[in-house]
Amino acid sequence: MLADKDRIFTNLYGFHDWRLAGARARGAWDNTKAILDKGPEGIVDEMKKSGLRGRGGAGFPTGMKWSFMPKEVKDRPHYLVVNADESEPGTCKDRDILRHDPHLLVEGCLIAGFAMRAHAAYIYVRGEFYNEAQHLIEAVREAREAGLLGDNACGSGWKFEVYVHRGAGAYICGEETALLESLEGKKGMPRLKPPFPAGAGLYGCPSTVNNVESIAVAPTILRRGAAWFAGLGRPNNTGTKLFCISGHVNRPCNVEEEMGIPLKELIEKHAGGVRGGWDNLLAVIPGGASVPLLPKSICDGILMDFDSLKNEGTGLGTAAVIVMDKSTDVVKAIARLSYFYKHESCGQCTPCREGTGWMWRVMERMVVGNARIEEIDALHDVTKQVEGHTICALGDAAAWPIQGLIKHFRPEMERRIRARIEKLAAE
Amino acid sequence: MPIVKIDGREIEVPAGITILQACEMAGVEIPRFCYHERLSIAGNCRMCLVEVKPGPPKPQASCAMPVADKQEIITKSEVVQKARRGVMEFLLINHPLDCPICDQGGECDLQDQAMGYGFDRSRYHENKRAVPDKELGPLVKTSMNRCIQCTRCVRFAAEVAGVEELGATGRGEGMEITTYVRHALTTELAGNLVDICPVGALTSKPYAYEARSWELRKTESIDVFDALGANIRVDARGGQVMRVLPRLNDDVNEEWLGDKSRHAIDGLRYQRLDRPYVRTKGKLVEATWDEAFAAITARLANVEGDKIAAIVGDQCDAESMLALKDLMTALGSPNIDCRQDGAKLEAGPRGSYLFNAGIRGIDQADAILLIGTNPRWESPVLNARLRKRYLSGRCAIASVGPAVDLTYPVERLGAGPATLRDLADGKLGFAEKLKAARNPLIIVGMGALARDDGAAVLALARSLAVVNDDWNGFAVLHTAAARVGGLDLGVVPGERGRDVAGILAGAQSKEIEVVYLLAADEFDTSKLGKAFVIYQGHHGDAGAHRADVILPGAAYAEKPGTYVNMEGRVQQGFRANFPPGDAREDWAILRALSERLGKTLPYDTLDQVRARLVAVNRTFAALEQQSPGAWGEFGTAGAMTDAPFVSPISNYYMTDPISRASKTMAECVASRQHLMAAE
Repeated sequence: MLADKDRIFTNLYGFHDWRLAGARARGAWDNTKAILDKGPEGIVDEMKKSGLRGRGGAGFPTGMKWSFMPKEVKDRPHYLVVNADESEPGTCKDRDILRHDPHLLVEGCLIAGFAMRAHAAYIYVRGEFYNEAQHLIEAVREAREAGLLGDNACGSGWKFEVYVHRGAGAYICGEETALLESLEGKKGMPRLKPPFPAGAGLYGCPSTVNNVESIAVAPTILRRGAAWFAGLGRPNNTGTKLFCISGHVNRPCNVEEEMGIPLKELIEKHAGGVRGGWDNLLAVIPGGASVPLLPKSICDGILMDFDSLKNEGTGLGTAAVIVMDKSTDVVKAIARLSYFYKHESCGQCTPCREGTGWMWRVMERMVVGNARIEEIDALHDVTKQVEGHTICALGDAAAWPIQGLIKHFRPEMERRIRARIEKLAAE
Repeated sequence: MPIVKIDGREIEVPAGITILQACEMAGVEIPRFCYHERLSIAGNCRMCLVEVKPGPPKPQASCAMPVADKQEIITKSEVVQKARRGVMEFLLINHPLDCPICDQGGECDLQDQAMGYGFDRSRYHENKRAVPDKELGPLVKTSMNRCIQCTRCVRFAAEVAGVEELGATGRGEGMEITTYVRHALTTELAGNLVDICPVGALTSKPYAYEARSWELRKTESIDVFDALGANIRVDARGGQVMRVLPRLNDDVNEEWLGDKSRHAIDGLRYQRLDRPYVRTKGKLVEATWDEAFAAITARLANVEGDKIAAIVGDQCDAESMLALKDLMTALGSPNIDCRQDGAKLEAGPRGSYLFNAGIRGIDQADAILLIGTNPRWESPVLNARLRKRYLSGRCAIASVGPAVDLTYPVERLGAGPATLRDLADGKLGFAEKLKAARNPLIIVGMGALARDDGAAVLALARSLAVVNDDWNGFAVLHTAAARVGGLDLGVVPGERGRDVAGILAGAQSKEIEVVYLLAADEFDTSKLGKAFVIYQGHHGDAGAHRADVILPGAAYAEKPGTYVNMEGRVQQGFRANFPPGDAREDWAILRALSERLGKTLPYDTLDQVRARLVAVNRTFAALEQQSPGAWGEFGTAGAMTDAPFVSPISNYYMTDPISRASKTMAECVASRQHLMAAE
C-alpha cells in the first residue's frame, strides 16, 4: 500500500483548501523556478527517467511525447493542450484534481509548457464540469496574480499563460485531435494522423496534448526526482496512479495507489470490498468502459498496471475499475456500453459510424437471446472489422468490450439464446 | 525521390505524394470513395486501406498517408482484403438495395466496388437507416438513404464552388449531409455534385428516370454555352440528347462543367426549326428547301453586293462561319460581323482578342485585375479556376466593374473607366501590386469592350498588361463560343464594310436590303427595318420571328464542328445525333444555297471545308494547342464615358436560344428568384 509520504495528490478528497494558499502549504509552487532552471532538455530527460506513462488511457511515455516537440521555435508558436475532457465511463479522477488540487495542474502546465517551449497552455475542460472549471479558472487567476504565471512566470523570465476552455459535452472531443478541432471552433471530429500534433496540432502549430493527471504529477516528480517516482511500481509501469473504483463495492472511491497493486487488494483495502464478499464478484472492467472486462478467475491474481493487464488482453486505460457482482446482467451491461459508443461515434469514418450501430443492435438482441448461436461469431467478426480500421480509437473502444464479453462470457450468451428457443418451443 | 516497394515491385515516385497516388503510378488500383483528386483529403471512407511497413500493425488509409523512402506497401494481402471487405459490408448495411431504380446504376462506384469486395448476402438483420431527402434546387435530386457520408459534396461546395452551403449535421449513424437552412444551392456548378457523388445519393433531377447509362451513345463534343470551350461528352439515345457530362481536360475545364452547359440541353427539344419557312402575306409558311432557296434567289437577284449583309451568332461553328463569309465575299458584300454585342475587338493582332495567358495561366498569375466582367456568370468554370488560384494563396485580386460575389474576396477598385484611368496613372494602391507582380493577369470582359468607348478601354487595358517572352498577361474573357473563331477567320467587316451597328442603321435607312442571320439572335431585331431577313439557325428565337425565310440548321450537338475557345485553343466536337426534321448541317446549307445563287462554294465535304479553314488561318491546323497570340498595337486611346462597366449577362441561366427554350433553365431562374425574394 502506498505510504502517505509518497502521495502526490494530497488533497484528493477536498478536505483541505484548494486555493493557492492551501496548495502552497502542501508543497505546490515551491521554488518552481528551480525546476525551470533545469532547462527544457533537463526537464524532459528527468521525465523520461521517471518512466511516467500517459494517464489518459493509452499509456504513451510522457517524457518521450514531450521530446517530439521541435527543439526550437521557428515560424509557428508551440502549444501545450491539456485534455480535461474526462468522459470515459467510470472515470472521475481528473474531476477531483480539477476541483480539489487545481494548482498541481496549473503548475504542471507551466513546467510542461516550458519544457516544450510553449508560451501558452489550453485546458479543454469537459462541458459538464462547470464547478470544476470555475475552480480551475480561479486557480489560474490566483497564479497569475501571484506572478506564478504571466510575463515572468515564477521569476524565470519565461512568459506563460494558461487558458481554460469548456467543451460542450461530446465524448469524442476527448480524442486528442478531435479536441484540437473543437478547440479551434470546429466540429469535434478526429483528424487523420500523420501529421501528428507535435508537427501540426492546434491551429497547425506544434502541439502536445496531455491528460490532466500526466501534467499534474509532473511538478512533484521533478521536485522529488525521477528516481523516487521510478522506484514506485514495477519497471515500465512506474509511479503512483489514481484509481477510480465504482460499481458493486461497499465504498466506491477515488484513490491514489502504487502502480502494480493487486486488483483484489485495491478493491478490498480502499473500496471496502465487493458487495457480498469477493466470491460474489462476477467481473471487473479494469480501465474504463473501453477495455475488455475480466472474469473473477483472472481478477483473483491480476496486478493493476499497463503490462500485466495487457497480457490478459485488456488494458489499464484510465484505471477506472468498474466492479460487477453476480447480480449483474453482464450482457446488458456491455450492451449499454455499446449504446454509449453508438451514441458518441462522430460519424466521420465508415467502420465506426456503421459498425457501432450494428454492434449495439445485435447486443440488444443478445441481451434477450433473440439471436442464433452463429450470430455470436458474426458479432465478433464485426468487432474485428471495426477494430484497427478507423481514424481514431473510438472504433477500437467500441469493439473491445464486446470482444471481452464473447471471450469470457460466451456460455452465458449461448445459454440465453437456447433458453429463448426452448421457451418459444414450449409456447 | 523516394523509392517504395509496392506489392513487391520497386518504383521511384515523386516526394510528397500519397501512397494512393504512388500505387496509381505503379498501376495498382486502390478502391476509394471519399478521395477525389481535386478535393481536400478526408480519409473517412476507409476503403483505400493498405498495409504499410514500417508502420503500425494495422492497415493505413493510403489516400492520406505520404510516401516515404524504403516504404513497403502491400495492397493485396489477406489483412487488406479483409479490411476492405469489412468496410464494404459496413457501407452496404444501411445502403438501400434499390440499384434497379437508381439513376446511378451502371456507373456507381459503390456498385462497382461491391463486385470486388462485396458479398452476395447480408449478415445485417436489423432495420436499415432512413434519412429524409434534402431539397437542393432544380438540378440536384437527393436520395439520402443512399448516402455513404463520404463528404465529397461538402468539400466540393466549400472548396471548388465556394459556397459553404452543404455540411454534415448530427453524429454517428445520425450524421446527415444537408444544407443547414433549407434552400437551393446558390452555385452555377451544382451539376458537378452529381458527378462527384460516388453513389446515387445525388443524381441529376432533370435526368431522373430518363435513361440508363448503358443505353446511351456517347459522343465527345465541345460546349458552346460560354467561351471556355469546356470539353464535354454528349450522351444521346435515339434522336435525343439525354445529358451532357464534362470530359477531363486539365488545360480547360479540369473536370467541371457549368449548370447551363450541362442542363440547358432540354432546350434542344423545344422551339426547334425543323423545316424551312417562307413569309407569305406576312405569315411564315412551311416550305420545302427548294421553295426557300427559290425565295432567296428571287430576292437576291439584282441586289448589289454592298446592299447585302450578314450577322453571325455566338454559338456558330467555324465551318459555317467560313462558308457564310465565303458566300458573302462571292456575293460582293463586305458587310459581315461576328460581334453581335458590338465588342470593340478587331481581327488582329491575335493577341488583342485572346485570353493569352491561357486558362492554365491563371494558376501562375500572382495578381489579377478583372475589368468589366462577372466571370461567375460569364464562365463559371473559369471562375472556379480563379477561386482555386485564390485558395492557393499569394494572389491579389481586384476588379473594376460590377460589384458581384465571385466566391472569393476581390478588392473592388471602382465601377468604370475613370477608375481604370486612375489605375493606369498609378493613383491606386493596387497599381503597386500589379507592378510588383511577376505574372499579372489583366482580364477584360465584354462589359468593358462592348460599348462605344470600348476601343479606348481596350487600349488602356493593353497598357496595363505585362507581355514578355514568358508571360502574356492580357486576357480577354469572351462570352460567345464563336467569337474567337470568327475573329480568326476575319468574320468582320471588309473594306468599307459595315459592322453590326452599321448594318442595322443601313437596314433602317434601306441602304441594306438583305440581312443574313446565321443563328444570330442576341441583338435588337426590331432595328432590322424593312430588310429582307434570312435566318439560318436551330431555334425559333428572336431572329426567326423576324425572318422572311427560315433555313433550319443544326445545334451544336447535331453537327461536327470546330470551335476556338477564348484562349485560342482550336477544338473539334463530333456529331452526337442528327438535327430534327429537314434541318441540315449549317455549312452544307450555305454550300447548297451558294449553288442556287450561282456562286458555288469550292467545297463538297467536311474535310474540304476544314482544309479551307486551315488555308484561311494556319491556326486551325493546330488542334488542341494553346499559345499566346501575336502581339502588336491595338485599341484606340481616346475619351471614355463615366458609364460603369456592366456585365453582358444579367441572367446566367438564359443567354442564348437553347437555354431560353429550356424548361430546366426556367426552373433555375424561378428558383433563384424565389431565393432572392426570400432574402
